[in-house]
Amino acid sequence: MKMSGANIMLECLRREGVRHIFGYPGGAVLPIYDALYGYTDIEHVLVRHEQGASHMADGYARATGQVGVCLATSGPGATNLVTGIATAYMDSIPIVAITGQVRTSVIGKDAFQEADITGITMPVTKHNFLVKRPEDLPRVIAEAFYIARSGRPGPVLVDIPLDVSLTKIEWDPETYTTQVNIPSYKPTTRGHEMQIRKAAQLIAEAKRPVLYVGGGAISSGAAKEVTELAERTNILVTTTLLGKGAIDETHRLSMGMLGMHGTAYANHAVNNCDLLIAVGARFDDRVTGKVDKFATGAKIIHIDIDPAEIGKVKVPDVPIVGDVKTVLTELLKHVQPRPWTEWNDQIMEWRARFPLIYPRDGKLYAEYVIEQIGEVTNWEAIMTTDVGQHQMWAAQYYKCRRPRQWVTSGGLGTMGFGLPAAIGVQKAFPDATVVCLSGDGSFQMCVQELMTATVYGLPVITAIINNRSLGMVRQWQEMFYEERYSHVDLQASPDYVKLAEAYGGVGMRVQKPEDLRAALEEAVKIRNRPVVLDCVIPTEENVYPMIPSGQSIDEMKIRENLEELKATVHADSETWSFSDEEKVLEQYVEAVRAAEARKEKE
Amino acid sequence: MATAISNTIMAQMQQQHVITVLVENHPGVLARVAGLFARRGYNIESLTVSVTDDPQVSRMTIVVGEDHRVLEQVIKQLHKLIEVIRVADYAEFPAIERELALIKVNADPRHRREIMEIAEVFRGRIVDMSDKTFVVEVTGGTEKIDKIYELLSAYGIREMVRTGVIAMARGTKTA
Ligand SMILES: Cc1cc2nc3c(=O)[nH]c(=O)nc-3n(C[C@H](O)[C@H](O)[C@H](O)COP(=O)(O)OP(=O)(O)OC[C@H]3O[C@@H](n4cnc5c(N)ncnc54)[C@H](O)[C@@H]3O)c2cc1C
Ligand SMILES: Cc1ncc(C[n+]2csc(CCOP(=O)(O)OP(=O)(O)O)c2C)c(N)n1
Repeated sequence: MKMSGANIMLECLRREGVRHIFGYPGGAVLPIYDALYGYTDIEHVLVRHEQGASHMADGYARATGQVGVCLATSGPGATNLVTGIATAYMDSIPIVAITGQVRTSVIGKDAFQEADITGITMPVTKHNFLVKRPEDLPRVIAEAFYIARSGRPGPVLVDIPLDVSLTKIEWDPETYTTQVNIPSYKPTTRGHEMQIRKAAQLIAEAKRPVLYVGGGAISSGAAKEVTELAERTNILVTTTLLGKGAIDETHRLSMGMLGMHGTAYANHAVNNCDLLIAVGARFDDRVTGKVDKFATGAKIIHIDIDPAEIGKVKVPDVPIVGDVKTVLTELLKHVQPRPWTEWNDQIMEWRARFPLIYPRDGKLYAEYVIEQIGEVTNWEAIMTTDVGQHQMWAAQYYKCRRPRQWVTSGGLGTMGFGLPAAIGVQKAFPDATVVCLSGDGSFQMCVQELMTATVYGLPVITAIINNRSLGMVRQWQEMFYEERYSHVDLQASPDYVKLAEAYGGVGMRVQKPEDLRAALEEAVKIRNRPVVLDCVIPTEENVYPMIPSGQSIDEMKIRENLEELKATVHADSETWSFSDEEKVLEQYVEAVRAAEARKEKE
Repeated sequence: MATAISNTIMAQMQQQHVITVLVENHPGVLARVAGLFARRGYNIESLTVSVTDDPQVSRMTIVVGEDHRVLEQVIKQLHKLIEVIRVADYAEFPAIERELALIKVNADPRHRREIMEIAEVFRGRIVDMSDKTFVVEVTGGTEKIDKIYELLSAYGIREMVRTGVIAMARGTKTA
């Protein structure tokens, strides 16, 4: 059959299982858009800015585990994708970005809308291709998808010159195969048997073990194995920002997130452990702080599919290169049950001493908004976030029940990610409740995608944590720059309610905690257009706990009035809905009291 | 004492490793490898690229100025590039290392004999001559070339061009 390069490409995408493309047209992709015209097997979503397209593909990939696809024209279209590609790269997310390129005959001649996008994206892609002949398209597309999803996942860019998509060649679609063989690329998935036995041995010997679980457990689909390992051994689990959901965060063995804004008890546990079991986590500096002071007394088991991650920051005692799910499945064959130990009690004691807690003084706080989103959606909403304080509060207070329920930009920390990512998620799961938790700064970075949500009837809910400030930066200026608040003021901002309406969505404003519930309940009922909830909170709120950048747990800052808060919250327990965090705490306190009472009797 | 200590520190800091990288012979591969070194801040002392007996495959020989721990990262990161087929560290087996240098040295008639003698001792050759200069060609290990460079410096060196190191395993082994 004679087919154009553009048609061949679409046929290949379809055979890769692609159902959605997020894109924006232009001269160099006209043949592709022509091929898309009337093509019903793949739905194209027209965005409002190419950055949005790349984040949508990313959100789609994070929520489904499938490769997300975005499409842009040459030059400015392609460069607009770069932030999204870099975001996916830093968090090891599989996307394929397709860009148009000028004709092969004029490449390198500064042709109209020419940009060397393979050169530009070399440092932020797992791999990229410039396709020089239409004959190469099927092989390149197959390789691109294979490279994106296998091993340590990541973004792959395919740059297709105009003449390559125009030219018709003889091609039989039936010859397409998703099986590829790249001799120089063979990721290791099975862990080394000896090392796995050694790991089991260390686990058996450890007195104070901790599981430190990252994004690799999510991408591997290993939540079940992580939970099983934790339950069998009674080892408490802390996750990274990107590992959230690898264990149900309301599980008695979950300590929530560790690191800079992690829970104090998770950080104390890691700091005092004698065995750190790192599972698909990469010892990021937001986790370790000062590396020489991180988990100093601990032996380390490090499971990662990327050999380059092992020993990059900390040299492990037992390195295991392999896929988390495969390795844990093997490991579970060798691991014996362990009882609940004094070490576990110690962690629970830290937990009771440093709970996640916030004031209940009649003002609206981000933590309350996040908790209520959970309550109203039965903790089933898929949450995406932007970047800043609101993101950290969400990491602390939004208890993920399952993997892929949490979509956030960790490594690059890209403001503007949340809304387009939520659109990508909603496209994958039309019936889900998708909430983007945003900040007033971040929201304005990709706000134009509200229109995309309206056009496609996507009911994404954006809750803006509106502190009239670039809050995270403001917090650093307060703490580390003598309160010299340089260029963080956002008092002058649009009216978000009207803005939502202007884009064809629904806008609501909440200023008091007692009005929140009703607004949220109304928002989740709207199923045909986007909703923006402008949640007005005080400007001066800071995220606690905090371990300042590059420091250790000794420098951890906690809320000054923590003790006071603990007392008032307990006194007030009737009037406030309790988060799971405090339920656990309450149960624990009760258990301790009961134990004390028993002792007294004896 | 002080010099002894600083010498060992220097020796550790200035460790050099010759590695060989077999890559798919695609356009842009050199940029990927060079970009990786630049991005991650690894020191390259020299880099040579050439074809192999297989026209699909090129060989890069890279002298890396990093200690062992960093070298391990360099090798692992190189492996992650899709087009890298194989990476080997010549420290792991006996190998022959060579480079070629062309040295343009001032050749005042009074010194010509001496310069020719030096060249001869180093099994070098005079490959060009003008009324004021010689061009000496010499091959050998890096140290040997450093040495002849040092000796010829006395006469005034106008220019030197070195190929960078290439290497090959001894015996039947191939890298
Ligand atoms: C404002 C802000 C504050 C932050 N504060 C914190 C904080 O307090 N705490 C925190 O944890 N993070 C924080 N982060 C995020 C942080 O920057 C990193 O993105 C995050 O810690 C990295 O998570 P990870 O270690 O799970 O690695 P990821 O980036 O998720 O990497 C996954 C690892 O798993 C490996 N892997 C992938 N697939 C597999 C597989 N199938 N099998 C085995 N291995 C696999 C990969 O090779 C990689 O090494 C913050 C970010 C921002 C923007
Ligand atoms: C694209 C981009 N630019 C700048 C930053 C630096 N930065 C990190 S957090 C932050 C403030 C975010 O403000 P906002 O979205 O209002 O969230 P808040 O911290 O107030 O919750 C900034 C500017 C960034 N992460 N991303």
